[in-house]
Amino acid sequence: MNAPQLDAFVSSASAGIEFDDLTVSPTDDRYRAEIPGDRLETDEKGLRKFAEENPWYVSNWYYWTRAVGPAGARYAFLRWIERADERPVGERYEALSTGVSRSWGQLRITASLGEDGKRRYALRHVDDENSTGLESYSDPLAARELVKHDDRGRYRPLSTAPTLPTGWEYPDLSGDDLVRTVDFVYPATVENWHREREGELDVTHFREAAERQSGIYSIVSQLSVEELEAAAETCCVDSHCLKRRQWDEDEETALDVERGSGEFPCREPCSLFITAARKFVTLGREDTRSYEFDLTPTEKEQIEEIIDAVAEGRTDEIREADLNEGANRYRARYLRARRLEDGELSGTPTYPDDQA
Amino acid sequence: MQALVIVGHGSHLNPGSSKPTFSHADTIRETGVFDEVREAFWKEEPSFREVLRTLESDEVYVVPLFVSEGYFTEQVIPRELRLEGWDVSAWDSEDGVSADHATLKASDVEKTVHYCGPAGTHDSMSDVIVRRAESIAGDPDVGEGFGLAIVGHGTERNENSANAIHYHTERIRDSGRFDEVKALFMDEEPEVDDVTDFFESPDVVVVPLFIADGFHTQEDIPEDMGLTEDYRTGYEVPAEVAGHRIWYSGAVGTEPLMADVLLERAAEAGADVSGAPDGEREPGAGVAGD
Repeated sequence: MNAPQLDAFVSSASAGIEFDDLTVSPTDDRYRAEIPGDRLETDEKGLRKFAEENPWYVSNWYYWTRAVGPAGARYAFLRWIERADERPVGERYEALSTGVSRSWGQLRITASLGEDGKRRYALRHVDDENSTGLESYSDPLAARELVKHDDRGRYRPLSTAPTLPTGWEYPDLSGDDLVRTVDFVYPATVENWHREREGELDVTHFREAAERQSGIYSIVSQLSVEELEAAAETCCVDSHCLKRRQWDEDEETALDVERGSGEFPCREPCSLFITAARKFVTLGREDTRSYEFDLTPTEKEQIEEIIDAVAEGRTDEIREADLNEGANRYRARYLRARRLEDGELSGTPTYPDDQA
Repeated sequence: MQALVIVGHGSHLNPGSSKPTFSHADTIRETGVFDEVREAFWKEEPSFREVLRTLESDEVYVVPLFVSEGYFTEQVIPRELRLEGWDVSAWDSEDGVSADHATLKASDVEKTVHYCGPAGTHDSMSDVIVRRAESIAGDPDVGEGFGLAIVGHGTERNENSANAIHYHTERIRDSGRFDEVKALFMDEEPEVDDVTDFFESPDVVVVPLFIADGFHTQEDIPEDMGLTEDYRTGYEVPAEVAGHRIWYSGAVGTEPLMADVLLERAAEAGADVSGAPDGEREPGAGVAGD
């Protein structure tokens, strides 16, 4: 607590203060002040003494009502980080003195005490919690470029894909700048999380979102419920997106696909989902055909293993010389050399009728 | 409090697509005239659907970083922003290049939204095109002995797409600065492939009226014009094509002066931009304000 904080406290006391575990109420020309385990009635001088003896309560009140306020998404998020609604002030300050950490998607946020009871926040990748030698940043705007590519250098079109790059840190952010930085990493997540906590999350279910599409996307409303289930399983699970899906087919019809375990909600199908859905609709329009292939049982299994490895993004994990893996590159090349004539499986034409 | 939201297309495939939006937003942030400046995208995040709720300001100026009036600016953006009661007639633009602004409410937030016409059709965009020509030619006085080709995408689906190109072509031609000024297109006549057929001037500056550099401006157009057989091998600036020297270097939307166009759109919609520096524009250099 510093002098301006103390002055602000005393001048606010006449209007009454009730914040966290601190209560001050004016009584005629005196004050009644209360914190856990201590209660007194006193004049202004006594009130100042009381504040000086309990600086945490005053600086806590000052930080939340003056530095962070007003109540809203940012306020609720910063309170959530230090578990303000779960721990009394004293316990919280003790925890903050060594740092309180929370995960937000793949972000690790650590709150600690700064000067005069203000908070400072550190931000990094969860996997970098114990890393040293991280590239250090202070400007929230830098986060836009920082998270644009994953650790393999690939462009990340979906902010909440679990491919957040590692190797960077924001060691010392104010509350304002922390929330701005998080908003550049995971746009609108804090706001939608807050709305959800307030019971005000506006969910747009798939059918409604599909109805509003136009142009080349208007066909997504043709997606059947079975195709929609498969699409959600493809795009909206933790392995592909850290948002927790809160939308369903419509208000009455829940999808039978896990919602994800993310901290922040997904309130409607995103642009990537709509783009994928459009492709799935066109795929679904094709009729099946019967083909005859000559494959050994192991070759059939190998094709299944390749599909699985690509779908799970495991191809990079398969060792160069592991010839027992169906999705090994040598094995795939050998299959191609043996079974793909002019690029067609077993030399079987894709459109045999058209060739006749 | 007042906020500026720059809405761009963005891309699921091309990481460079959002760069001009970010860089113009940064330029405007530095002026300090808006309490908040935020980017939003059709294909990236924050989406048009969610950007307004991330702002604290009550007054929000939305400027589309798009080339022309049409499908995106008239249908997609207002719909996705949930602008209540939006009707394109509010822009009062029958010729497809005169959209100014409309004041509306968005249905999911308690904010007033001033929805502006696209950057690409603003009069001062002519200045940006001229500035682009100057920077390509490396000559602040470029004009005499030079032709200027303004290249648009062109599409049969939306005539406004070509209107924006023709509009600036005529304005710059009327200014008399260049010996010749022509509008050319990728997907309609007259085509940029035959650029040298349309000019007598030995030197031709080619400025594509595109927002971001991508496949069209970096691959298709250089190859179509015959600057190079294969864009990956690069090309000289200027490059010799059929007896002309072609000066080319990509999308006009990346020109820093674009930030001024966005600011002017917001100012005309009522934003308080007092205190903003007057950009890099030199009086009389361009054609706006004539």
